[in-house]
Amino acid sequence: MNCFAINDLNNLRYGASPALMRHTAGDAGSGCAAQRRLGLDCPALRSKKMNCFEISDLNLYYGDFHALKDINLNIAAKNVTAFIGPSGCGKSTLLRTLNRMNDLVEGCVIQGCVRLDGEDIYGPGWRGDISHLRRRVGMVFQKPNPFPMTVYDNIAFGPRTHGVRRRYDIDIIVENSLKDAAIWGEVKDRLRQSALGLSGGQQQRLCIARALAVAPEVLLLDEPTSALDPISTGKIEELLLTLREKYSVIIVTHNMQQAARISDKTVFFLLGEVIEHGDTESLFTRPSHKRTEDYITGRFG
Amino acid sequence: MRPSERILAGLTWTAAAATVGVLFYLIVFILIKGIPYLKPSLFSLTYTSNNVSLTPALVSTVIITAMSLIIATPLGLFAAIYLTEYARRGNRAVVLVRMTTETLAGIPSIVYGLFGLLFFVTALGWGFSVLAGAFTLAIMILPLIMRTAEEAILSVPDIWREGAFGLGAGRLRTVFRIVLPAAMPGILAGVILAVGRIVGETAALIYTSGTVAQIPATPMQSARTLSVHMYALSSEGLHTDQGYATAVVLLVVVILINAASAWIARRFGAKK
Repeated sequence: MNCFAINDLNNLRYGASPALMRHTAGDAGSGCAAQRRLGLDCPALRSKKMNCFEISDLNLYYGDFHALKDINLNIAAKNVTAFIGPSGCGKSTLLRTLNRMNDLVEGCVIQGCVRLDGEDIYGPGWRGDISHLRRRVGMVFQKPNPFPMTVYDNIAFGPRTHGVRRRYDIDIIVENSLKDAAIWGEVKDRLRQSALGLSGGQQQRLCIARALAVAPEVLLLDEPTSALDPISTGKIEELLLTLREKYSVIIVTHNMQQAARISDKTVFFLLGEVIEHGDTESLFTRPSHKRTEDYITGRFG
Repeated sequence: MRPSERILAGLTWTAAAATVGVLFYLIVFILIKGIPYLKPSLFSLTYTSNNVSLTPALVSTVIITAMSLIIATPLGLFAAIYLTEYARRGNRAVVLVRMTTETLAGIPSIVYGLFGLLFFVTALGWGFSVLAGAFTLAIMILPLIMRTAEEAILSVPDIWREGAFGLGAGRLRTVFRIVLPAAMPGILAGVILAVGRIVGETAALIYTSGTVAQIPATPMQSARTLSVHMYALSSEGLHTDQGYATAVVLLVVVILINAASAWIARRFGAKK
């Protein structure tokens, strides 16, 4: 139940022991053992947190448009959380708030608190930098967007960005990330070929592998299967179910069946507000709000 | 076919035939007039008023082209990067820079020549020199390189930028590792267009790099490019036939440049 099995390693310079980091990413015990060997404190052993994100009184404006209204939400660690709701309800906007991708949008104003590991990433006293935040909170986009380079270089881009230089370390990271994303078998013989030659579903799993390569704690997915065929979608759903062992996964989806199939928790959004938030099973079988029921039974949206 | 359609089809046909015909006529004309005079003496290492050798002009063309590109390409490319990746949309400075480049692109080259004469040759005291010519041409091709680079960068899909930002890459790394490699074919196409303009330029060079037919030993010496050489031969009226022979060489150079650009576009395009 711990989102921050490896947050201790974040205090390390990422370049110090990247290969080690990959090996221990999912394993709090050995990660902390490594930590202790390096003489560092290990917060993961000290405090077991239940939530990876704690959002309070969050308001977001695009110019005059009030896109998110008084969001209060805790997102459980090591779970798959699904954001559902009709188009324009703010679910993607909230997702992009969690790794500050909205910083790139002009005229976007954000008020309130978003706590990652207890630290307000929008607070005035926030000491982290964006690059570090985005390493901890990875993102996969709606349209598969592998870079126009080889499969290997796609995966290596993230680690290299964060200072991993040794060829041997990168080799290990590439292999582990591709294995974690369940695509190693399909691409291991074409690591040196362009990633743009892969099929759409493979490209999307490659993008997941690329996000995993920087050892994030949280993985944000913005409608990752909406551009894919049913078979590729099935593969990605299976993959997400295995990923929740190691990562906190937050997925935006238009597809309610998908949310029901793969998520542990579901959040229902409407017009920029959180209407209902709870265990997926109870939300879909016994919704406590009329509007949730209307939406999941297909009466609108 | 209705009569109106027939007329339109006829017009399109005529236009196409006229375009191809003119080009064909031009090339055949130059070849017929020039090839008989392509003699070894025309390629001797030094120019005399007897052999009117084009070798010094050919070498000077390469030198002036290289120097202009070295000056203009980094400037134009970095300006384009600033305008597309760093400047905020609707920024006044950006609007101003764009307007200026559009204006620069529309100025006749003789005006660049006169400016070069007043500024580089006279005010800076460089005299008629390859350096003054290269700087003048650099200013002339700057808008071209900048606009093509800007368009090439803008055509790189935003999802790649987002992907890089999402992995924690900063703007600089995103630009140099993701955007520029993807935009490279377009940027190179712009540079090659610029080479074409330089090779064909006379007016801007006559007043800046002068018309001495020699291989320049230093950048401060005067030299003439192939086009200027041709202009000199035809205007003097004594070696018109050799002028046509020079035109044949210039034609071959231009065709080679176009082939190179096509090859580069294919090669880098295929990588995507």
